[in-house]
Amino acid sequence: MNRGAIIEVKNVYKSFKSVHAVRGINLEILPSQFIALLGPNGAGKTTMVEMIEGIQKPDSGEILIMGKPWKGNEKEFRKIMGLSLQETRFIDKLRVFETLRLFASFFSLGAERCEEVMTLVGLEEKRQAYVVNLSGGQRQRLALGVALLNKPKILLLDEPTTGLDPQARREVWMILKKLKDASSTSMILTTHYMEEAEQLCDYIVIMDHGTILKEGTLPELLGKSSADMEKKEEYTGPPRNLDELFIELTGRHLHE
Amino acid sequence: MIFLFVHCTSYIVHSIMKTTMLKRITNSPLWQLILANARELLREPAVLFWGIGFPILMSLGLGVAFTKKKDVTVTVAVIGRNHLVHAPSDSVSIIQTFLMKNKAVLKAGNDGSLSRELTVPDEKLGGTTYIFRDMSWKKAMVMLKRGNLNLVMDEAQGRIQYHFDPMNPDAQLTYLKFSKLMKDPELIIRPSEAEIRPLDVTGTRYIDFLVPGLICMGVMMSCMWGVSYDIIEKRSKKLLRRMIATPMKRSNFLVALITVRMAMNFVESGLLFLFAWLVFHITIQGSVPALVLFFISGNIAFAGLAVFLSCNTAKTEIGNGLINLVSMPMMVLSGIFFSYHNFPGWIIPVIQKFPLTMMADGVRSIFIEGAGFSEIMMPTLIMLVIGMMFFTAGLKLFKWH
Repeated sequence: MNRGAIIEVKNVYKSFKSVHAVRGINLEILPSQFIALLGPNGAGKTTMVEMIEGIQKPDSGEILIMGKPWKGNEKEFRKIMGLSLQETRFIDKLRVFETLRLFASFFSLGAERCEEVMTLVGLEEKRQAYVVNLSGGQRQRLALGVALLNKPKILLLDEPTTGLDPQARREVWMILKKLKDASSTSMILTTHYMEEAEQLCDYIVIMDHGTILKEGTLPELLGKSSADMEKKEEYTGPPRNLDELFIELTGRHLHE
Repeated sequence: MIFLFVHCTSYIVHSIMKTTMLKRITNSPLWQLILANARELLREPAVLFWGIGFPILMSLGLGVAFTKKKDVTVTVAVIGRNHLVHAPSDSVSIIQTFLMKNKAVLKAGNDGSLSRELTVPDEKLGGTTYIFRDMSWKKAMVMLKRGNLNLVMDEAQGRIQYHFDPMNPDAQLTYLKFSKLMKDPELIIRPSEAEIRPLDVTGTRYIDFLVPGLICMGVMMSCMWGVSYDIIEKRSKKLLRRMIATPMKRSNFLVALITVRMAMNFVESGLLFLFAWLVFHITIQGSVPALVLFFISGNIAFAGLAVFLSCNTAKTEIGNGLINLVSMPMMVLSGIFFSYHNFPGWIIPVIQKFPLTMMADGVRSIFIEGAGFSEIMMPTLIMLVIGMMFFTAGLKLFKWH
């Protein structure tokens, strides 16, 4: 075991009937590290995150959180994790503050922490608004707020900005950047927006068809790629961004 | 009113929650889950209408419709030639003779049609006014299908022929009363000499039968839709999955949901009873504590069933089907609106084992038969076992994501 890793994923496989969602993934996440799982739809990102969350069990392989498996440690892990799922809808007729208060109670936290989180995600003005009346961006910020209530050691965000307009997306990014600067939280974020991975994460894992195609820091990814490309006759220059890298690796765009 | 009550309670709780004990309670997950469920329920006006307004309207409608009016009016179609007005060229028909001899009043309708009215007073059974209208066979059939009349007469070879649906009790009654009158026209002026003493015992009216049934049906529907559908909807929104990704106790979620629903059922049933007491003077003749105990056991039975029904699906369409599959047969067969003893004998033992039948029979026995703890002990235990059994099985199969 890597003594420093907060999450270890060891040769994990997961299939749903005939679909091989995850095929032999190895991954290590260090404390305070922000990792992006970048890939198109069907790459296996969500399944990977669900297994780290403990919602899905791997068919084979092992996932360790702080060196311990999920089995027998669920209660402890739930207390240190925060997560935001794809398409979660909170109770429509509950107000923003009431929603935070409900989830805070699961961590034995009181109203004070809810106030702090509301400020953190910029929803103070929407304190009394019903969830149903929030915009997409506001709902996503609420989901993020709920994920941050317990000051998690591990934050798992599954496509937190999918479907949001650029302004709302930037607001979520700002919150996450602030969090990165102010806390020691480790974060795994799945996305198919390369800009999101570039902006927020210090380690990027590019996935497709349940496998890791390439991983490293942004300079490493682009640098390695350009070195590889130099061997090719038709090479005209290094890839300028992750999208170009993805095209090189798979022959298609990230959004296809 | 409930909303105001919750707000007032919430305000009072907030103003005195400085004490540590109260703070601990209000910060507890179970309390917050109960609050969330109550708020969700009370902030939906449709829930209040279907839960409170609709049963009251139903009891009002059915209560008024089935409360016997003292005097009744029946329309009788007379087919063939004009029997109401005597034309000099016509020979006199039997019907015509009868109507004219008994001074049936000739009346003209707005559309110019003529009718004759004959009123037979009866102090004990209530008077009957017959309205005789000449019409063609075709028109009579249309009116019969529309329920505007149930007896058709014509005259052939000096005999009166009666046409009616023998399966329709109202039609049969009209025929029996009128044919008796034809044989003995003296009844019009001479009251019946039969020794009829109308019953005046509390709890024998249709409304006395109906209201306990409506209360039980309300509990079933409230649990089915309020618990089952709510769970399925939260699962489909991935809210259950989000909740169990926290240290929330899973049992707390279900306990809170059922507690709020049960409290709501108490309020709904209480208001329906209050309405029936004010409007129809319904009373509870048996033991009220026994009724409360029995009511709780009925709620537990249906809540358990509701958890079981919703334990595995995330599709609201499937949830709809499952809820209807279970609740519709009970609604039709369990004797909510009419006694299930009208069904064939072989099916009655089956019907009696339905939770809704058991609950309705028990609540009725307390309401109108004056039953107490000893009479409802067994059904209470059975319903508690049913509830716990389904709840445990549901929890075992429960899919949180």
